[in-house]
Amino acid sequence: MTEIAETPSAPMPSLSTRFEIVPIVLFAAFAAAPLLAAYSGAEGYVLSLLTRVMIFGIAAMALDLILGYGALVSFGHAAFLGLGGYAVGILASHGIEDALVQIPVALAASALFALVTGAISLRTKGVYFIMITLAFGQMLYFLATSLAAYGGDDGMTLSSRSLLAGTGVLKNDFTFYWVCLLCLLGAYAFSRSVVASRFGRVLRGTRENSIRMEAIGFQPFRFQLAAYVLSGMLAGLAGCLLANQAEFVSPAFMTWQRSGELIFMVVLGGLGSLHGAVIGAAAFLLLEEFLPEILHSLSFFLSEEARSHLAENWKMVFGPLLILIVLFVRGGIMGLLRRPHHG
Amino acid sequence: MAEPLLELRNLRKAYGALVVTDDVSLSVRPGELHAIIGPNGAGKTTLIHQISGTLASNSGSVLFGGEDVTQLSMPQRVRRGLARSFQITSILPGFSALENVALAVQARSGSSFRLFGQASQEKALNEPAMECLAQVNLAARAHVPAGLLSHGEKRQLELAIGLATAPRLLLLDEPLAGTGHEESQRVVETLRRLKERLTIVLIEHDMDAVFSLADRVSVLVYGRVIATDTPARIRENPEVRAAYLGEEEMV
Amino acid sequence: MNATLLFVQALNGLQFGLILFLIAAGLTLVFGVMDFINLAHGVQYMVGAYLVAAFSAWTGSFGWALLLALPSALAFGLLLEVLVFRHLYDRDHLDQVLATFGVILFLNQGVKFVWGAAPLSVPVPDLLSGSVEIASGLLYPVYRLAIIAAGLVVAALLYVLVNHTRVGMLVRAGASNAAMVSALGVNIQRLFMIVFGFGAMLAGFAGAMVAPILSVEPGMGDNILILAFVVIVIGGIGSIRGAFLAALLIGLVDTVGRSFAPNLLRLVLDPAAASQTGRAIAPMLIYIFMAAVLFFRPSGLFPVKR
Repeated sequence: MTEIAETPSAPMPSLSTRFEIVPIVLFAAFAAAPLLAAYSGAEGYVLSLLTRVMIFGIAAMALDLILGYGALVSFGHAAFLGLGGYAVGILASHGIEDALVQIPVALAASALFALVTGAISLRTKGVYFIMITLAFGQMLYFLATSLAAYGGDDGMTLSSRSLLAGTGVLKNDFTFYWVCLLCLLGAYAFSRSVVASRFGRVLRGTRENSIRMEAIGFQPFRFQLAAYVLSGMLAGLAGCLLANQAEFVSPAFMTWQRSGELIFMVVLGGLGSLHGAVIGAAAFLLLEEFLPEILHSLSFFLSEEARSHLAENWKMVFGPLLILIVLFVRGGIMGLLRRPHHG
Repeated sequence: MAEPLLELRNLRKAYGALVVTDDVSLSVRPGELHAIIGPNGAGKTTLIHQISGTLASNSGSVLFGGEDVTQLSMPQRVRRGLARSFQITSILPGFSALENVALAVQARSGSSFRLFGQASQEKALNEPAMECLAQVNLAARAHVPAGLLSHGEKRQLELAIGLATAPRLLLLDEPLAGTGHEESQRVVETLRRLKERLTIVLIEHDMDAVFSLADRVSVLVYGRVIATDTPARIRENPEVRAAYLGEEEMV
Repeated sequence: MNATLLFVQALNGLQFGLILFLIAAGLTLVFGVMDFINLAHGVQYMVGAYLVAAFSAWTGSFGWALLLALPSALAFGLLLEVLVFRHLYDRDHLDQVLATFGVILFLNQGVKFVWGAAPLSVPVPDLLSGSVEIASGLLYPVYRLAIIAAGLVVAALLYVLVNHTRVGMLVRAGASNAAMVSALGVNIQRLFMIVFGFGAMLAGFAGAMVAPILSVEPGMGDNILILAFVVIVIGGIGSIRGAFLAALLIGLVDTVGRSFAPNLLRLVLDPAAASQTGRAIAPMLIYIFMAAVLFFRPSGLFPVKR
């Protein structure tokens, strides 16, 4: 007995610590990008694309928190993007333009929506959960389309980016980029902490075996609901940033297709690693951006007309690509990165 | 006689016309190892489900430490000290053995809504967990992912998880199920040590184990308790012998 | 006037509900029997509409077009089953959601590729054009009545098929316990194909029927898919009866709600506020309805599985 008590209780090296190199490289790349963008000749374009990547990275990471660690397939996460976006848009249209007010309001709205819809959704399991989250997302989508005062179907254009503590620093694309990177880093650090914490351990345990968790005295519902709320708030934050990036909000922020894309980003990057979700978001958005051009250059052997036709219909390649990835690339990009280490 | 720690009063569970347990009344005294035996399909596992709160009963009540817990959920009962194991091994396969047990410690010590701090580094959780593992001879395997343990080790781990909830009473649903001879010897030894300091309700098919461990035995046939007595008296009970005739060899 | 309007809206709701039922029926069976979540079911509805548009442009007759579109929709469903869906049955729901999402992206673009992005229109067949007077002074389009009739006929056929034939019995048994059916030595793979093809054909039929009254365009199946999901979740997955009742309920709640929510709210709010809130709330009604149903009955109104 005594010798046991002395056994060092150092945990075995967890998977996450063994692959720290990946997030470091990832965030270093984001930090270096604006410097390189200056040389690219299309600075504005590169910055805005990468800002979008980081914003969707936050949203995908938020989803990964419940999907990867809690096995909760939420098919309505785009609703939180919309909530965040509309909080910014609606407040701005009433003259409240400071992000220091807008963001807390957006987070509170997201938390409230997550709390109410989560409490109902989490009563159901499996496919019912997928569908009910989908339905709640649609509910918010249709609400947005019928808000005539705030642009209805067409959405609303923001007159400018939000103020920050009364100053207009966010109007500078570089500053905005750095703010987004800071948010991404903050969200990542927060999520990593949550996953490793007592709370995160209960969440992960519930994913593996919910009956066992009940049998040692946990009520999974509470933990799942709390995780759902946290995840919703993070996605709401992404929504605030997205509205500022686009200087526009519309119901298109929260179509169910957008929710599907978020799930795809997480799965593409690899479930349950947080930075995998960011990589997935990057891969998805860059693919979406460049697939037309890639197709165009890959099909050099075709006639020019056929090539542009192909580039125009890139989604016909994108869809099957998605199917093939689901069928054959298990574990996503992080899975591919891991494989060589395991031999 | 001391006041019973666990008392079942007229418990009943039926699925439509199929009555699985019927009018089950039992009392388990503090400190005893109370075995429940019965032929296959007698309703033993259902009874464990009803006691632990996994299944709601149609009627009757469960009293634990004098308190009526019939309406409480499983987690609530666990927190009052009523822990259980499962017939089909139920662990967290992706977690290390230590983490499996540490989670059970965590369930009863402090808030689990802490979002910061590495849970896997908490001495206050790991040390008691290590002790529980040591009690079932699994300390050396603490850092192995639970899914990679042998079947016998998983059964031991379930016991350790149960212990870590600091139970006043442990409900064990066939802890020997599927174990080889050597493994089952090890589990029996562990149980013998545990019964020194814990009240245990044991369901088991292995009659050698039951009769060597139990203080008292209840026999469940077709959902009804037909006898409760000491092992020696149960062995001689004609009704019990009749119920088991052709089913299993009685020792 | 108000009662007449209510009657017309109820007929519209019935028609919409029956179309929803045609889509949901296949979806609920596919899900119930195969435990397979098929987001691409909505594009089968779209494909049905495109097929009828193409065939009616070619033959000049809606009747012939419909006759050609049905087997084509069936063949198309079977093709998808063999190419994609078959490989997903033993995957988890997440994989199924994603892969079938990929099918949607492909086909939405595919119809643009073949027929262009502009909406197509299909003429209402001569025989069913015009309106009839269903009450004094109340005209209602014949074609919409035809949709109602066709929907009711198909629902009745489906009822007989599912409840009084051997295949139907297997499907029902499969929906409540697929493993058992397979253990009984039934060729489950073939049963899956039959159910799948049949579901695809029903969705295609729904698309074909609405083609003359809606514009046929890429993505037309996306939103109706979500409504079909709402229907099968409310009805209880795997239950044809549940899908039928839920489809009619959703059709009525949505259609009637949209025209009456502002009126009802006027009882408690001033007219301007009532009309604005009413218009905002109306499209959310069915989702609120669904949330309410699932709150009290987490497995829907007619749960099939234990």
